[in-house]
Amino acid sequence: MSVNVWIILAAAVATYLTRIGGHLVLSRFPRIHPRVQAGLDAVPAAVLTTLVAPAALTAGPAEFTALLVAALVALRLGLMPMFLAGAVTLILLRQVMS
Amino acid sequence: MLNSVDPWLNEIGVTAQVRSPTDLSASEKSVSSATNLDEFIAGARTCLPATVASAPFGLLFGALAIENGFSIFETCLMSLTVFAGASQMVGLELFGQKVAPWLIVVSIFAVNFRHVLYSASLGRRISHWPLWQQALSFFVLADPPYAEAERRAEQGKRITFAWYSGVGAMLYVCWQIETLLGAIFGSLLPNKQALGIDFLLPIYFLGLVMGFRKRPRWLPIVLVSAAASMLAYRLVGSPWHVSIGALAGIVLAAALPLQEAKDETP
Repeated sequence: MSVNVWIILAAAVATYLTRIGGHLVLSRFPRIHPRVQAGLDAVPAAVLTTLVAPAALTAGPAEFTALLVAALVALRLGLMPMFLAGAVTLILLRQVMS
Repeated sequence: MLNSVDPWLNEIGVTAQVRSPTDLSASEKSVSSATNLDEFIAGARTCLPATVASAPFGLLFGALAIENGFSIFETCLMSLTVFAGASQMVGLELFGQKVAPWLIVVSIFAVNFRHVLYSASLGRRISHWPLWQQALSFFVLADPPYAEAERRAEQGKRITFAWYSGVGAMLYVCWQIETLLGAIFGSLLPNKQALGIDFLLPIYFLGLVMGFRKRPRWLPIVLVSAAASMLAYRLVGSPWHVSIGALAGIVLAAALPLQEAKDETP
């Protein structure tokens, strides 16, 4: 097998370790401290925010407007309408601005 | 047609869920009347926006992998076994630069480190499942399955293995198809910038963030995570901004005075 294949398999193992690791560590404790609980409840907002924020940092006017429109739509409607609204805004503005 | 699918679901054990009666709360009983196939389809449907948002990246990964000298087998092997878009891209980048193999693996590990948090968080909700179901579920624990599972928990619905399988299978199978298509037809890909596909994932992730706004301390957590990740992005660099930003928000949530929050986990 080539080196590439070995690297890929090692990367797969490393990735799987990250996906079971948190649970394996946490399941060793019979009780979860309320503060840990509060921290875990914050995981979705905290992690997903970090996947958006740097993109907003480097965004141009079209990208920024698309995020704004998507955020406003998300206040009223579900995930799919907000996603479509953001995508359509982005594509239209990019056509206009380029 | 439905009848022909059902035995298959039985065979892979989707219907063989045994739960203790205690984890059926009032709000969950209405859901339990749905069949596992319904749940599976509902899960697949839930994952539709995520699948659309990530599709361009699957194609792009396939195309770039071939461009970087991967064989079609290696390209597909990576999507099949790693199944984590961002880290696969980072891996490719490094393969191209003739970096030491262990450094490539460490970099991929670093990009995927946020999954440790997903794992700890989701594990609380699925630890009563049979071990093989947990093992399989953690294998497909990318951003969308985690976020959709948390969203479902927030809606007061039970996370069943059938539903989660629908989410995971939808994303996983499509990711493989996109990778293969990208690898074969990659050179024909149009200008991705004009179509806006490079910015679809941030929009999708923003929608997910907004979806959690009813959680306690949502705004301070989001603001702190955003500020910390942007700062880390500039000062430390990618991918560490994800872990640093996330930890900042999580530490804040843990450090603030505890609220008498309604607990959704059993």
